[in-house]
Amino acid sequence: MNKRRPKHLALHLIKLPLPGIVSILHRLSGLLLFFALPVLLWMLQYSLRSIETYTQLSSALSHPLSKLLLLCLLWAFTHHFCAGLRYLAIDLHFVRNLAQARNSSRLVLIVSLALTIYFGVKLW
Amino acid sequence: MVNRVVVGAHYGLLDWLIQRISAVVMALYSVALVVYLLLQPGLNYEVWGLLFSSLVVRTFTLLFLLSLFYHAWIGVRDVVMDYIKPPSVRLLIHVLVIIALLLYSIWSVQILWGK
Repeated sequence: MNKRRPKHLALHLIKLPLPGIVSILHRLSGLLLFFALPVLLWMLQYSLRSIETYTQLSSALSHPLSKLLLLCLLWAFTHHFCAGLRYLAIDLHFVRNLAQARNSSRLVLIVSLALTIYFGVKLW
Repeated sequence: MVNRVVVGAHYGLLDWLIQRISAVVMALYSVALVVYLLLQPGLNYEVWGLLFSSLVVRTFTLLFLLSLFYHAWIGVRDVVMDYIKPPSVRLLIHVLVIIALLLYSIWSVQILWGK
């Protein structure tokens, strides 16, 4: 085998295609949600234990910094959700060619951002 | 002789399938919960507490959480296998993730049924 094949690693020329961007964001959002699990479980616990802890939680979450964190997690969830649905659609052979792969990737990015904004505005 | 690696993927279809089944379970639960909450005139402790006083809701919430933890295990394991090469480090991370997820499972039962 020819081991001296040319390598095209001109990073300013190559770029990740749209489905690749959705894929890496799927990974990142999944990891983000995994690391947020203890916080989310703690929030569920506080929201359910009593009216006092519920009030404590909602005042803690009204801080702008925690709202920003929640917004990031909201995006992570909606992106992971939409990208996941796209993978299920691919498994079911609904995505058959390059154009559909690109269009569905664009749709995932747009819909997840739109959902983040919608729920973000609702929760703010 | 087959070289089996404990920190390998186990080369099976089962994890692939579980990843998708758990995803569908979580998606259905999330949509149902969000739609229910959107239909409420306002969200306060009464609405939230009443919802989780139902045995059915608690049961499906636990199903959601357990699906989530299994889903997270497969996902994190795949990511670790892609980026962490030394087997000892990989094993350590796998063990820590498994212990964390098992603790989360116990914690979830305590949240939903303990008082």
